[in-house]
Amino acid sequence: MSVVESPVLETWTRKRPGWMVVARKEFSDHVLSARFVALLILLGLVGVASVYAAAGALRDVAPQTAGISGMFLRLFTVQGDPVPFSFLTFVGFLAPILGIAFGFDAVNGERAQGTLPRLVAQPIHRDDIINGKFVAGLGVIGLIVVVVMLIVAGLGIVLLGIVPTAAEVARLLVWLAAAIIFIGVWLAFATLCSVWMRRASTAALVALGVWLVVALFGTFVVQVAADVVSPIDPANPQTQIENARTELALSRLSPVVLYEETSTALLNPEVRSVGLVTLAQLDRAIVSDLTVPQSLLLVWPQLVGLIAAMVVIFSIAYVAFMRQEIRA
Amino acid sequence: MTSATMPLVETSGLVKTYGETVAVGGIDLTIHAGEVYGLLGPNGAGKTTTVLMLLGLSEPDDGEVRVCGLEPTRSPLAVKRQVGYLPDTVGFYEHLTGRQNLRYTAQLNDLDDDEAEGRIEQLLARVGLTEAADRPVGEYSRGMRQRLGLADTLVKDPLVVILDEPMVGIDPEGVIEMQSLIVGLAHDEGRAVLLTSHLLHQVQQTCDRMAIFVDGSIIAEGTAEELALRLGDGGVAYEVVTGSEDDRVDLVVAAALGDGTEARGTGGRRWRVDIAAGDAPRLVPALVDAGIDVLEVKNLGSDLDEIYHRYFSEREEVDA
Repeated sequence: MSVVESPVLETWTRKRPGWMVVARKEFSDHVLSARFVALLILLGLVGVASVYAAAGALRDVAPQTAGISGMFLRLFTVQGDPVPFSFLTFVGFLAPILGIAFGFDAVNGERAQGTLPRLVAQPIHRDDIINGKFVAGLGVIGLIVVVVMLIVAGLGIVLLGIVPTAAEVARLLVWLAAAIIFIGVWLAFATLCSVWMRRASTAALVALGVWLVVALFGTFVVQVAADVVSPIDPANPQTQIENARTELALSRLSPVVLYEETSTALLNPEVRSVGLVTLAQLDRAIVSDLTVPQSLLLVWPQLVGLIAAMVVIFSIAYVAFMRQEIRA
Repeated sequence: MTSATMPLVETSGLVKTYGETVAVGGIDLTIHAGEVYGLLGPNGAGKTTTVLMLLGLSEPDDGEVRVCGLEPTRSPLAVKRQVGYLPDTVGFYEHLTGRQNLRYTAQLNDLDDDEAEGRIEQLLARVGLTEAADRPVGEYSRGMRQRLGLADTLVKDPLVVILDEPMVGIDPEGVIEMQSLIVGLAHDEGRAVLLTSHLLHQVQQTCDRMAIFVDGSIIAEGTAEELALRLGDGGVAYEVVTGSEDDRVDLVVAAALGDGTEARGTGGRRWRVDIAAGDAPRLVPALVDAGIDVLEVKNLGSDLDEIYHRYFSEREEVDA
């Protein structure tokens, strides 16, 4: 052994970035984990069920819909018996579980196993740990969403016998990206919980609790808040519009609403506004489809909002992690 | 061999406070290549805090740190590339095998995959885990984890090895094995080894030099003998076995050597003699002159034990 003769390097630079090493290990851990398999099967089954039902509903009305564009996309937006929701709604409702499942034990899991002190003593930057974990989480979520999407789309092609057009494929790809970012918001939130809460079970409970509140009670809370901020005067119709505007503005604080608006506009080419529309505005409007860039333009603020939500929540988790003591 | 005496770890006036509490109050350390250095102190004395500052994981409030000539807070990656650290509660990914855990460490250290495989194999053999290498760490015993931890710190072939309480929770046989491994790291391979412990005997048996660390400061530093001289009254203890049960070693010693020397019978023909180090050479002649047959004289070592306990108990009194 020639330890003492090896030079002490003034600066030492990595060939492989630290976050990549962490992300690679975390990704393979996720893919080999039971939760990955369980979630893939769960989401796959629900996705297949919803699309199967939608295909049935579409076939029933097939004669009337002949020639209507965006037929393939309707697979994802239409609901049919006996599944009470469309593929889109179900992703909006269930997908946060994905984000929470791959984030709730990111940091506190390392603490519980006692691997954190060993990890931070390796020649990587401290943020490589949380960055790598987040990237791996996004990667595995993307994998699941893409796989489920492919199964569902393939099934749709078989069931309906129609092939998506290039524009439809483009819309689906953008929607996929939006869905992954939406789940990324929840991944970031779960990661934050894993930094703040020492026990993984507490972090999971808190994250799931917040998800339930936002998903189930969000609309009621927003309604109440809107009534307080701009109360409705029965004598003045203008106050009703004000109230509705406030409600819409407040509800857009929720990533769930942003995701729903984005998906609706992306997967329904005929949707031309995600805001408040009066009957007067619709008068004599010609029903026609928007092009992909126009739909994108429509939901650009929502998309940016989703990205911002993910970045802000992850940043809080990042700062909290960087300031934490290594010792438990 | 100038490189062998090169100081690999140097601190001066190192201070760390948490709010009002002073965790580390201005310590000076120098550890050279090829030596095992022991930080001996009770739990909560600031040993782990010191170690974290050496690794750049905790920023000192005052003072300087140099590890391999570098400042850990300025070049954290270069320092951590050269320092192997075994935390006091070492943990592994339970679902991964021992080998996979080491492989991850190798990747984090940016080793080439081929080079790493060979090294990992060699280290697993060295700590006696070749057979268990492909079993999940979840099935490992405490001692096996500790040995895997030692292998883990060596994956990067470090110049400096820091072991925080490496022998806690291992069975006595494992301790002996661990000790010889640790000594080998310094004496045979020329690494600088810093070891913290609250167990005096283990430190005495393993370390070339040691520092007694109490309440955030080093109260004494040196070899075991030096410490005894400096800290105690310079006393040494001998066990003397005489030829007959009627011998009165205590009286002879009191008469011939006077103050500072004390003997008491420990049963049968055995006596324990506490004597000033300077007077030690006169002990046996004095006994022989008095007509006592000296069958055996055994050096019981310094009274470091007692010193150590005295400092610890003083500390407990302060706490109470």
